[in-house]
Amino acid sequence: MTEDLLTLGSKTFSSRLLTGTGKFASKTLIAPMLTASGSEIITVALRRVDPRAGQENILKHIPDTVTLLPNTSGARTAKEAVRIARIAREAGCGDFIKIEVITDMQYLLPDNHETLKATQILAKEGFVVLPYVMPDITVTQQLYDGGAAAVMPLGSPIGSNQGLEMKSMIERIIETSKLPVVVDAGIGRPSQAAQAMEMGADAVLVNTAIATSHDPSLAGKAFAMAVTAGRMAFHANLAGKNRLAVASSPLTGFLRE
Amino acid sequence: MSFFDQVKQFESFDFKEFYDSVQPGDVQNSLNRVDTRVSLEYHDLLTLLSPAAENFLEIMAQKAQKLTHQYFGRTIGLYAPMYISDFCSNQCTYCGFNFDTGFKRTQLTLGQIQEEAAAIFDMGIRHILVLTGEAPAKTPLSYLEAAIKILKKYFSSIALEMFPMDESSYSVMTKAGADSLTVYQEVYDRKIYKEVHPGGKKADYKYRLLTPERGAKAGFRAMNIGTLFGLGEPKIEAFMAGYHAKYLEQQFPNVEVSLSLPRMTKAEGGIAPKNLLSDKTFVQCMLAWRLFMPRLGINISTRESPAFRDRLIHLGATRYSAGSKTDVGGYAVHTRDTTVQFEVADTRSVAQVSQMIQKSGYQPVFKDWEIF
Repeated sequence: MTEDLLTLGSKTFSSRLLTGTGKFASKTLIAPMLTASGSEIITVALRRVDPRAGQENILKHIPDTVTLLPNTSGARTAKEAVRIARIAREAGCGDFIKIEVITDMQYLLPDNHETLKATQILAKEGFVVLPYVMPDITVTQQLYDGGAAAVMPLGSPIGSNQGLEMKSMIERIIETSKLPVVVDAGIGRPSQAAQAMEMGADAVLVNTAIATSHDPSLAGKAFAMAVTAGRMAFHANLAGKNRLAVASSPLTGFLRE
Repeated sequence: MSFFDQVKQFESFDFKEFYDSVQPGDVQNSLNRVDTRVSLEYHDLLTLLSPAAENFLEIMAQKAQKLTHQYFGRTIGLYAPMYISDFCSNQCTYCGFNFDTGFKRTQLTLGQIQEEAAAIFDMGIRHILVLTGEAPAKTPLSYLEAAIKILKKYFSSIALEMFPMDESSYSVMTKAGADSLTVYQEVYDRKIYKEVHPGGKKADYKYRLLTPERGAKAGFRAMNIGTLFGLGEPKIEAFMAGYHAKYLEQQFPNVEVSLSLPRMTKAEGGIAPKNLLSDKTFVQCMLAWRLFMPRLGINISTRESPAFRDRLIHLGATRYSAGSKTDVGGYAVHTRDTTVQFEVADTRSVAQVSQMIQKSGYQPVFKDWEIF
């Protein structure tokens, strides 16, 4: 197998596990988790970054080799998300931005409409935009047209560890999307991460399950292995995959001979 | 239907009869609903607050801890209160700032507010809770607005615990940069409310009860409510506070709702609290609320002792005040003869509280919010 890289914007990554900085018992657990898992992209909520905090500043705990994916957590509208993205770039967090626009604090479900608007604006400004959305094929196409670098459909509500409750919807997106599909939110176990990758997702983002485990480094490594296994299974084209493209007619083909 | 209608509905409900009728099997059923991720209903909250549930505290605690880790992570947010004025025209019979209490009142100038802010900022605190008594003539909107603008330079989140305002005044506050609102009903029982609030604007139960709803409409993104334990029957008050929180969460999905558990210890005004909340019931209330509302913020103030606070970290708490001074100018200005609103039981510094949080296996979070 040739080298299997994930491309987002102009960057390529060999790891297909994205991680997060929230919910850790200590910020000092983040760097070892990154090493153990090999994750090359980590998301951080700009609202939690405190440049005036010295060693308390969360950015000090992320190695330079890892790509920062600042997110717009806390934004309620496209306008707020755009402002946060611009501030993140000004603050030296790079061009990657994960759009999170949420007005439902009970289940933290995203607002696709506002997310699309923010994506269109930020893509024009040269950001590598990764929008977090409810799984929707129409919105996925619109995000592609709007210049997104990937689509991040949720597996189930953030932090719920419920796995791929949205499985059928995500499968449709994987079938039709021209964008890389990063399954974000709700993945609570390595087996669920593997399942998403087997289905053909390009990557997964896992935060809560790793951060709140008793050993984030070990959990990170377990997820990394599951992601790799799932990706290999996808490439091996295991049985049950080709939902649309059935190559031949094993039962009635003889009639055409 | 406002929450006032909900309160009235529950006035004909026989809490005692319900609580006494709960069997262990009912508690188990409510706990099963937690495991199967079925949303808990109000009767589940009542069940978990019942005497029968007292025998399930350990299992409730384990489930509460798991939910809290899942939704908030292994983190505890930190904040500090800043009292800027203790002028008050209310006559709450239980309060040290009561109008009839004959102590010299103090109010910070804008310069002094800046001095206090700098001192609190240096402690590492980034989320501030600003408090006043109820004396709008002394603390007009213009003063509060100017104060918030100064505090914005230091703090990434500004919460207000002042006097109930109308929606347009709250809009002035949110536009100036305040993002969170704390207002305690003090007591949900209307009869007791009337007894302990004999005068002043606060005598209007309904106006106070609907304050969080006005605040949410005015754009506050977080709402903290509670009952002052010691005034009403604790298990009834705990239910009403939890039910109120749920109501707000459902009515205002874009607002983060949290609960506090202030409890009376000694009354400066001289009346003895009839319904003292025991540590055990305190914990039961917290756990029942957490299971009822997995995303609920739970705040623990320095009214509680260090030993008790150290334990509560594991039981669903999400935010702690630390290094608190509860008198006007207590951090830096030190005007003479101030009176504290309540006695601080946990006098540890911010650094000491952070160390304790870390030693308990949690991350102290100083900055969790900023309006950009």
